[in-house]
Amino acid sequence: MADDKKGGLKELSPITIYKNLPKTNCKECGQDNCMAFAAKLVNRELELDACKPLQKPEYAKQYAALKELLKPAVKEVIIGVGEKAKKIGGKLVMYRHELTYKNPTAIAIDVTDEMPESEVVARVQKTENFSFEYIGNTLKLDMIAVRCTSDDADKFKACVKKVSETTKLPMILCAMNPQVMEAGIMATPKARPLLYAANSSNWKEMAELAIMYDAPLVASSPNDLDGLMSLAKTLQTYGVKDIVLDPGTFPNEGLQDTINNFTMLRRAATKAGNELAGLPLLGVPMAAWANKGETADDLIKWRESYIASMLVVRYADALILHGNDGWSLLPLAVLRQNIYTDPRKPVAVAPGLKVFGTPDENSPVMFTSNFALTYYTVASDIESSKTNAYLIVVESEGSAIDSGVAGRKLTAERIADAIKTSGVEGKVKHRKIISPGKASRISGEIEELSGWKVLVGPRDSSEIPKYIIDKWQP
Amino acid sequence: MEDFQLDAKELEILFEPGQAVNVLPKLKLPLGVGAGKPTSLLAQNFLPPVEKYPNKIATVKLGATRSEGGTRGRTVTLGGETSPAFYSFENPTPHKPIVTLDVFDMEVPLSKAVKMHVKDVVGDPAAWAKLAVEKFGADMVTMHLISVDPLLKDASPKEACKTVEKVLQAVDVPLVIGGCGDPVKDTALFEEVCAQFPGERFLISSVTRDMDGEKCAKFIKKAGNAVLAFTPMDLNFARELNRRLFDHLSREDIVMDLTTAALGYGLDYAFTNMERARIGGLMGDMELAQPMSSGTTNAWAAREAWLKMSADFEPRELRGPLWEVTTALTLLTAGVDVFMMMHPAAVKTLKDVTNYLTANKKADPTKFLEWVKVKA
Repeated sequence: MADDKKGGLKELSPITIYKNLPKTNCKECGQDNCMAFAAKLVNRELELDACKPLQKPEYAKQYAALKELLKPAVKEVIIGVGEKAKKIGGKLVMYRHELTYKNPTAIAIDVTDEMPESEVVARVQKTENFSFEYIGNTLKLDMIAVRCTSDDADKFKACVKKVSETTKLPMILCAMNPQVMEAGIMATPKARPLLYAANSSNWKEMAELAIMYDAPLVASSPNDLDGLMSLAKTLQTYGVKDIVLDPGTFPNEGLQDTINNFTMLRRAATKAGNELAGLPLLGVPMAAWANKGETADDLIKWRESYIASMLVVRYADALILHGNDGWSLLPLAVLRQNIYTDPRKPVAVAPGLKVFGTPDENSPVMFTSNFALTYYTVASDIESSKTNAYLIVVESEGSAIDSGVAGRKLTAERIADAIKTSGVEGKVKHRKIISPGKASRISGEIEELSGWKVLVGPRDSSEIPKYIIDKWQP
Repeated sequence: MEDFQLDAKELEILFEPGQAVNVLPKLKLPLGVGAGKPTSLLAQNFLPPVEKYPNKIATVKLGATRSEGGTRGRTVTLGGETSPAFYSFENPTPHKPIVTLDVFDMEVPLSKAVKMHVKDVVGDPAAWAKLAVEKFGADMVTMHLISVDPLLKDASPKEACKTVEKVLQAVDVPLVIGGCGDPVKDTALFEEVCAQFPGERFLISSVTRDMDGEKCAKFIKKAGNAVLAFTPMDLNFARELNRRLFDHLSREDIVMDLTTAALGYGLDYAFTNMERARIGGLMGDMELAQPMSSGTTNAWAAREAWLKMSADFEPRELRGPLWEVTTALTLLTAGVDVFMMMHPAAVKTLKDVTNYLTANKKADPTKFLEWVKVKA
């Protein structure tokens, strides 16, 4: 694709990298030689700092050259300090098929300085405690946005203080009045909160605060990219080190401009090498709450969630939301995880016999398809219930159960064959196999071809443990 | 002496009007050092990164009115894109993506959140189709004739055609005709449907690699229908199937289904496959330059869409349709042209968003910052 060829990855070759490496082949980075390390750097599988000799003073020049060569198209900005500090941006590419996206979109939930203190604490704790186990990953939220709705510097300061005492999550301080903003920062002067925001009227005072407190600063220029570039350039020249761009987020009929702005900025950064556009992008789905009129809260939460999801796909590096219900945040959190996985991860797992716990000759035998997500879901349900069992993974060309049966990828022939080649017949005395409920329509055929009795199990693997307790008899 | 002359020359150039511009950069004064901190905003324009693509996506028209040889009251057109999805800073979206609602010809397992909306019409495809169009705003209806499945009711293609006839009577939108997934039975079904209803310009869903592509393409062509080419998640399979169909059908007769996996269950693969197919098609890969369809109803295969979860994640009546919406909108941004969907709220949102994304209304920047102070 021409889109791919234009740069972004800067056509880096391992040779270019190798030329600047110490060429000691010391293996400290874990690779056999410097050339292998260079190849890993080009594929972004290792970081430059894994090379220890390169950090010696005599290599300072090469180190700087390599840093420049490997510089991402979108600058990385760190919000907060300590363990929970959040890296945003750092993107190398436009499309996820080019290379795994770095630094998943950071999600912030807001509090305001006019909420009762108990509500502020409750919201912060709810954000911090949001947690969902999803195929071996724990999905979490990342930051707290503190908004000044009172216009009162003391109130804002007190609220920021309360939040900083309640959580170590990084903060986004939201106040357009520089005096109010300064009061907020003073409550936690070393916490490197993201400051929201500099615009065409307050930029100088905000820039001074960002420099004085070494904090990253948002440049806000709603639906005006010329204005945004002008602001970013001015702030950079002024001496602000870390800048985040806010092109504005507009619900409903404003979505077209919103999506276009994010897309244009990211393409300019990754394909045209525009360094001012190459700053992290902030989306504010929370804008859906402004001027909401009589619209029901649940509808606004719904809207806010889908705008956030569209911006996860279309290049937002951080998001601010107000709705904190699990039902509206879960699809967003799962989507973010999906979009930021390694696109090279295979869609299928190897077929064959998988053993869970310590099964014996009376333990249940089940089968499933070799679609990776199906397999991991089933495996995690069996594992978490500590069931002892055999699971036969049947070659189904990476199809899930229902689509595999419908599309003739998961067939009785393949299942019968998998039972035979798995060797499970030598491991159990019985001849009963539990079928996924969604494959029930081929159970007759399986029995005919394999000689095993088929027990139709639950349609969803979350019910496997209960099914085995209630129904399994060898 | 020579040195002095050189200096003098440079000075001359420096003070020569019109030349100064060329010389100034040579002074290499670091920005912000010599000049100090800026006291007013520095000008900087943003150059929109507009690209040109050598190819465009094929256009497929579905449904036929009486004057066109069918019986439909309206038709829909898919595809025709000249840019990636909704890059309207480059080119407008020629045809809005559309929604076709699923109707089944027998009872099927449905999640509670979906069932509550259709429980009165399950088992009556004509009434179900009417509800989908009149109440839920469907642009099309997908008539899934799953009763022909040899492993279910094994109904005959002739019996299935009676259902098609009833649905044609009940609604005037274009139809997608869905089979049961059995390659042999579906071939027989589609052949019968094509013979009985020529000229309706159905979308026949679907022809797969393990079916007799030549045979299917011929009877589909003869009846003037269009075909949905379905392949599992692999673009090489999609290219191969399209190549086979191109021998008998024109580019204006083929829509691709590259497989939709649910949010949380492989949506990332589906998204990237579709995004690559669309960009590939625009860049000149003729074997992928077809409009795309998504079986978005697959979103309900995710347990998080329907399972009763801890109180923190309830109510599932909202979580479920939002799961379908999130799946749909992700694929909308990848370039999908037609969505096969289920839940009325999800359908409404998808239609709203496609309208927003093609409205060409300028977003009003003046009120944006109000979010900071909103007392929600």
